[in-house]
Amino acid sequence: MSGWLPKSAAGRRWLGLAPSYFIIGIFMLIPMIIMAVFSLLAPNPYGGVEPEFSTAAYVKLFFEYDLEDNLVFNPGYINIIFRSFQLSFGATILCLIFGFPVAYYITLQPEHKRNFYIYLITIPFWTNLLIRTFAWIIILGRGGVIETPLYALGIIEESLRMMYTDGAIAIGLTYSYLPLMVLPIYASLEKLDFRLLEAASDLYANRWEVMTKVVIPLCKPGIIAGCILVFIPCLGAFIAPNLLGGGKKLMLGSLVQFQFASARNWPFGAALSMLLLSAVVVVLIFYARSARKQAEAGQA
Amino acid sequence: MSASMQQASTKSKKALPVGHYRGLGAWTVIFFIFLYLPIVVLIFYSFNANRMVMNWGGFGLEWYVKAFQNDDIQKAVWNSLIVATFATIFATAIATVGALVLARGGSFRGKTVSLGLITLPLMVPEIVTAVAVLIFFNAISLKLGLVNVIIAHITFCIPFAFMPIRARLEGMDTSLEQAARDLYASEWETFRYVTMPLLMPGIAAGAMLSFVISMDDFIITLMVAGAGSTTLPVYIYSMIRRGLTPEINAVCTVLLLVSIALVTAYWLVSRTTQTRAAH
Repeated sequence: MSGWLPKSAAGRRWLGLAPSYFIIGIFMLIPMIIMAVFSLLAPNPYGGVEPEFSTAAYVKLFFEYDLEDNLVFNPGYINIIFRSFQLSFGATILCLIFGFPVAYYITLQPEHKRNFYIYLITIPFWTNLLIRTFAWIIILGRGGVIETPLYALGIIEESLRMMYTDGAIAIGLTYSYLPLMVLPIYASLEKLDFRLLEAASDLYANRWEVMTKVVIPLCKPGIIAGCILVFIPCLGAFIAPNLLGGGKKLMLGSLVQFQFASARNWPFGAALSMLLLSAVVVVLIFYARSARKQAEAGQA
Repeated sequence: MSASMQQASTKSKKALPVGHYRGLGAWTVIFFIFLYLPIVVLIFYSFNANRMVMNWGGFGLEWYVKAFQNDDIQKAVWNSLIVATFATIFATAIATVGALVLARGGSFRGKTVSLGLITLPLMVPEIVTAVAVLIFFNAISLKLGLVNVIIAHITFCIPFAFMPIRARLEGMDTSLEQAARDLYASEWETFRYVTMPLLMPGIAAGAMLSFVISMDDFIITLMVAGAGSTTLPVYIYSMIRRGLTPEINAVCTVLLLVSIALVTAYWLVSRTTQTRAAH
């Protein structure tokens, strides 16, 4: 039966890896290279590109042409990029504040309960993100779940206008990626030796010091991993800014989609994607460095 | 450990042992309310008899009836199922052979690169993948409708299928395979009757993850799918843009319950196999 397989180990190795290389190489790696090339070409007004070299897409990030054809600084796109970082950072912090105590609480539970809690946290993660974000429209919207009882009790007389704000986007992002924060923190807390906490307490550390000087430093790898797992998808998010921000409060992800679907400026969309990609690479390099430092500290 | 913790607590004259903090339980309750409130609200409003989602007009099932009779929804559901089925089969097969090499092939040159390539779709933001694939299909003028969508889905499902299979392979004891070889089983027989049955839970987990991820994908499909190859999430998005009716809630509730049922089934199965293995 196995006669058709290559005899050498190397031959088999490449036979096994060839399908993965083929699919991901052709349909992901090469497309990303083409995208990089496209960002340096001139746009075709009907979508697509013209085959001529142009840095216009990158210039457009910072400048625009005024009525007299002079290049002037345009902060519009920079503001959107800045807002994306701000909102992603805010959502990451919210996830951390909200998620860390829960991960810690789960670690204190007996094992069968722990597994059940983890199951409860993963369930929303496996259900459709679009649907879960849509639910927030019903909660935050005009006459929605939050406003209706407030009207009835006479606390408010007009809409709180919670939808289409940065706050709504931040809530949506926090909600979307919260499980990605809790799970890695839990994974590193699970390995925590609770005798260390007692030792710290015996050496007159108070509760606050036990937490900040023993627990948090020991689960730092989990916290960093959680923050990165939340930050990266937030940066490229499309659903939350579009549904909860109403498409007016743009973030990078929705700006990219807009360039392809409506504005038909493909090179600019490709340039924005390149920017997003380089931000991710910077974050991942930072992560690899901190992981290596942690490993070295562990050996020492 | 608990005895010494109690000791510590009497020493500090506080009710809570070391490492326990006040309010953690309450915080966790709030956390789970936050996590599940949207899901509960969504399901609740799907039974709204009114035309407007947010104005409660009494209990009614008519939006479920309407959703089931909607031809566009039916077509979108079929497209989603076709895409997810093909993507799962291909991605799981590709990931299985890849994982066998990377977990069992020893160390070789290019191993780290291979691992990086297979997990690449996990690291690149979805919107970037979507744009890259859109540009690529356009550049080679590949317009095969659903096939385009299936190809894109296979690509990003591979790492999701790969991870549980590799984890299973790395946790597996190789002594059973060695025993089979010692008892004159051929290489193929060892693989077919020893390795594969042991690996099956990993493959099932990988396939399930791929299926759920493919069914849920929105942004990549939105960019890649042309007219006629709309999947359910893309159709739901267009419904939301047209105006909020409880019909959306009805469709979403059904999709939600299917996902929850799948994940729960997987959780129960993996729990029983774990307990059995433990005894």
